[in-house]
Amino acid sequence: MNRLERIQQSLTKKTIPAFEIGDTVRVHVKVVEGEKERIQVFEGTVISRKGGRNSETFTVRKISYGVGVERIFPVHSPIVSRVDVVRQGKVRRAKLYYLRDKKGKMAKVGEREYSPEAKARGEAARAAAKSAEAAEAAASKEVAPAGKA
Amino acid sequence: MTNGLLGKKLGMTQVYDGGGRLVPVTVIEAGPCRVAQVKSRDRHGYEAVQLTFGEVPERKLSKAESGHLKKQQIPATRYLKEFKKLGDAQVGQVIKADLFQKGDWVDVEGVSKGKGFQGVMKRHNYRGGPETHGSMFHRAPGSIGASSYPSRVWKNKALPGHMGSERVTVSRLKVMEARPDENLLFVSGAVPGATGGMVVVRKSKKG
Repeated sequence: MNRLERIQQSLTKKTIPAFEIGDTVRVHVKVVEGEKERIQVFEGTVISRKGGRNSETFTVRKISYGVGVERIFPVHSPIVSRVDVVRQGKVRRAKLYYLRDKKGKMAKVGEREYSPEAKARGEAARAAAKSAEAAEAAASKEVAPAGKA
Repeated sequence: MTNGLLGKKLGMTQVYDGGGRLVPVTVIEAGPCRVAQVKSRDRHGYEAVQLTFGEVPERKLSKAESGHLKKQQIPATRYLKEFKKLGDAQVGQVIKADLFQKGDWVDVEGVSKGKGFQGVMKRHNYRGGPETHGSMFHRAPGSIGASSYPSRVWKNKALPGHMGSERVTVSRLKVMEARPDENLLFVSGAVPGATGGMVVVRKSKKG
């Protein structure tokens, strides 16, 4: 990571809402009307997530009165106060742009059984892999000077 | 104190303003700058403060430069630049990014990216000719003047030539965020020059 990337990292939120592509989410958006501030909810399917660090965004698509509506939210924006996962989707793509050309039943994402355990397991595995990687890197670093000596 | 300081452009990113609106910003590592010399009316004919910025091995400096810095017991430095003197300033004093706070307006000066030898369309925004329909006139400058009068080309006629690598000042940029302990300034919008280039951050002339 270079200096600018570290600065960008410092501009991100401490806790990022956990959701995946294909999930049906409820995005709580702060809306300011004159003096008053209220929360508006946008519910739909997450069809893409792109960008990194502080400029990361995700796209939520829904069908509203028969019209497809998509909204792009910055992950780290202060106006996105909360993202709730309503339903987890079963998808095999990182970008679900094909949903735009589908109608009716075909425009739905299949449901994946929601299991917090599976999710926790996945996360644990990922964390383990990361730490193993780090350990490996450290080990290789240690080996290299030894080899030289 | 001075009306500004030297810095290094670290690149661009984006921040949210108070209302949740995204603002593009340039991150500048501003200072710390040391005062190398204070010019006075009696001795030099005008008042100014000379600031240093950036580390450099001493062998990179000329004897004149290293001698000048040694006399004031200041470590070898890459850049030296004069600023307006505001109030008191002593040699050796350190000017830091806390000169500017969030919400201040600043002017930022830098050396723009070099574009090399460019034609009139890129350099002077000429319109050029049609690309198709049998046109044989595409990006050339066209006529550069009248005939028997003046029988020469007017001075300052915009023609192809070297573009970029010149001193450019962008005025009235807002400081969106300041982190004095990290020597960082977040200035709204773009700033001339490449990442890693030296920039001068001054209090805005237009206020």
